[in-house]
Amino acid sequence: MADVIPYNPEEKGAQPPSLYPAYKSTVLRAPKQPLVILPHTLSEVTGPVYGHGKVLPVDADLTKQHAGEPLGERIIVSGRVLDENGRPVANTLVEVWQCNAAGRYIHARDQHPAPLDPNFSGAGRIVTDAEGNYKFTTIKPGAYPWRNHPNAWRPAHIHFSMFGPSFINRLVTQMYFPGDPLFAFDPIYQGIPDEKARARMVSRFDMDTTIPEWALGYKFDIVLRGRNATPMED
Amino acid sequence: MSKQRLGQTPSQTVGPFFHFGLPYEGDSNLIVGDAQGQRIIVEGRVTDGAGEAIPDVMIEIWQANAAGKYDHPEDTQDKPVDEGFHGFGRCATDNDGVFRFQTVKPGAVPGPGNSLQAPHLVTFVFGRGMLKQLLTRIYFEDEAHNAHDPVLALVPEARRNTLVARKINPSTYRLDIVLQGEGETVFFEY
Repeated sequence: MADVIPYNPEEKGAQPPSLYPAYKSTVLRAPKQPLVILPHTLSEVTGPVYGHGKVLPVDADLTKQHAGEPLGERIIVSGRVLDENGRPVANTLVEVWQCNAAGRYIHARDQHPAPLDPNFSGAGRIVTDAEGNYKFTTIKPGAYPWRNHPNAWRPAHIHFSMFGPSFINRLVTQMYFPGDPLFAFDPIYQGIPDEKARARMVSRFDMDTTIPEWALGYKFDIVLRGRNATPMED
Repeated sequence: MSKQRLGQTPSQTVGPFFHFGLPYEGDSNLIVGDAQGQRIIVEGRVTDGAGEAIPDVMIEIWQANAAGKYDHPEDTQDKPVDEGFHGFGRCATDNDGVFRFQTVKPGAVPGPGNSLQAPHLVTFVFGRGMLKQLLTRIYFEDEAHNAHDPVLALVPEARRNTLVARKINPSTYRLDIVLQGEGETVFFEY
């Protein structure tokens, strides 16, 4: 069997270190031994391309998962999943989860004294189309406090999980909203060394996908690691 | 050369509250039908640098089927895909930091050149306090080919055992994952 074509390495500065002491829980969870450099093998360049389970239309509308409408600002988040060469990542599973408009997660361990919303769970799943497009409807999540340091608050964000064409492409990230005053104080956002790369996690308001009398549009493109050649010719 | 590359989207932590978003029914059971091969349980406990069990990490595995075939277009080996088996599994740790997968023992798979890789599970660890996931592998102690595995050969000999699951009964393999400190698991840069 021919050797596999490896994916590009991590872009310097665009990916966070394991240890970032300002984010306190990294201190006991970051490895201290050097990482062993792994050349990509068949095990890494393959992966669960189609994700898992059946994805239903209601999975892409987080405002329609209960009997009533959730409270908050209705938004439509859309964008493309691409590789570094700008090629679409088609038919890949995107999983999203978030807190409600008040900044509270539907999670037993979330003790923030903000109200739960009986009409909002906050989890969705979308499969990208042939051009790498995804789209879902939700409500804008709130900021919320956490105990990392005194008066610590997370900027509003939606968690994203992507598979991509191989397991090596696996990416979990967070999408933020433009102009959030909390960026400067958030060690999770600031954990990305390169300021320009950090800004890639910030969605942009988009009038074209804003629906009159209904919902504001935000665009968020995701770029996964690519490679310099294709392993198979068409 | 080609046009300018787009910049990679940075990784961020899954955070502590992923449980309503990522786990799904049957996520840790890779056997979805009449799967070929030896049915096994792979389990372990995840601990941090203080030796404390971590109840809020998530483990994902990707593996070949019993014949050593990945269900993916880039695996061009002339071997059958197993309809009764799904190569991907996901498991959030429980309150004791324990994960447990029901799967089949994978076959050996091709490695670089003409080498063969010993049976293994590609393993990601995600969690709060982890801005990016960690990559490791789970091998099996009763595989003679471990001695010739091209990836284990890259790992300092004294640390190889951190990647090799012990057989604790005829159908159960156990490997604890130590994020930091004594017995720290080998993680890979990829």
